[in-house]
Amino acid sequence: MTDTTADAHAGHEHHHGDGPHLAHHFDSYQHQFDSGKLGIWLFLAQEILFFSALFVAYIVYRAMHPEIFIWAHYFLDTQLGAINTGVLIVSSLTAAWAVRCAQLGNKQGLVLNIAVTILCAFGFLGIKYVEYSHKFHDGLGWAAKDAELKWSRHDPKHQVWELPGFQAKHPEVAAAAAAASKEGKSDREIAAVARKAAGGKDLGIVQPANSNTFFGIYFFMTGLHGIHVIAGIIVWVWLLLRALKGQFGPKYFGPIDYAALYWHLVDLIWIYLFPMLYLIH
Amino acid sequence: MAKNKPTKTSQGEAKAEQAADEAVVKSDAHGGHGGGHGGHGGHDDEHLAHTMSIKMLVGVWGALMVLTVLTVSVTGIDLGYTLNLVVAMVIATIKAALVMLFFMHLWWDKKFNVVVFVSSFLFVLLFVALTLNDRGEYQADIETYRQDKAQQ
Repeated sequence: MTDTTADAHAGHEHHHGDGPHLAHHFDSYQHQFDSGKLGIWLFLAQEILFFSALFVAYIVYRAMHPEIFIWAHYFLDTQLGAINTGVLIVSSLTAAWAVRCAQLGNKQGLVLNIAVTILCAFGFLGIKYVEYSHKFHDGLGWAAKDAELKWSRHDPKHQVWELPGFQAKHPEVAAAAAAASKEGKSDREIAAVARKAAGGKDLGIVQPANSNTFFGIYFFMTGLHGIHVIAGIIVWVWLLLRALKGQFGPKYFGPIDYAALYWHLVDLIWIYLFPMLYLIH
Repeated sequence: MAKNKPTKTSQGEAKAEQAADEAVVKSDAHGGHGGGHGGHGGHDDEHLAHTMSIKMLVGVWGALMVLTVLTVSVTGIDLGYTLNLVVAMVIATIKAALVMLFFMHLWWDKKFNVVVFVSSFLFVLLFVALTLNDRGEYQADIETYRQDKAQQ
């Protein structure tokens, strides 16, 4: 192996004057950069297709069972979702800014922007952790209906009218539904009572059949996205160490550019996940 | 796409840093060549890709933040189930376009890279459309099964 490499180098000696970061199988820095760029675009196209299976699952399920999505949206925290959207957009800005700094050979700016990107990524995961904990605490998992999450501190709140957020927004409806539920009325009767209390409007607060499928989709989509965030952190930490050594500059910033493109894709997917999961009306 | 737009941008960014402007001009020259960069090999002063001005970066970020606030506030207004969904998806698509065109530099990228990336969306469209068309296929069987089960 070593011999072969040495031979290859011997044959291409004229390229080695160009700099330490030009691989010998490329004619020029431009050639190297363009090849890498095509590679990352192919990878991102694959990522889109990879996620599309989950998007199709969501779209088909929502088209078939809108009532499940309306019921489930009461359990999602729009505020935390919105904050996380902001955090990711800030990290996208710093990722794009890092590319600019690398292109201009601004080492300090590059290091700072990568560091902020990593901090935002951790912030995003922290908020996600809080959200997941609430879901597990309320007994909302990806399992089938009524299955218990035995490994979590568990205080089931399966009913929308038990949620403080709903009680604050629709106090009369929550009180009427809770009273009807206490009297042991059937789901259909509770729905009728709730509709009457809401002035004839169906708020969809009675749990429909197979509603845990929503949380299956929710955890799968946000979980896969979260794994991408973790992968991004690993890549950014590696690039931060390389940036600290001063390895990037106007002729060699490809790795920063490609990582930023990947990071923007992770942001792009969240841009759709946020309204799809948190902004159901 | 790449031919006329960088010119427009270099005008808009007149006050931006010199280095950034220079990069825009360079990338314009590349745009004219389409895919082939072979002739450019190894010049030391060469810029490999387009550089975004700080003004532009912060501007795109601001627009994304405003659109995020907008989409959350619109959810509070009752436009009906379908219209609320459509508005949310339109805003998300505007945000996605901003990220792709500017943060991901697609506006200035080679057309071939644009084709590679955008083609994936065409396949997603195909995937969604065909599956949605088929989604009612077994509904009748499910209803029959439910009725049978209820009678037992």
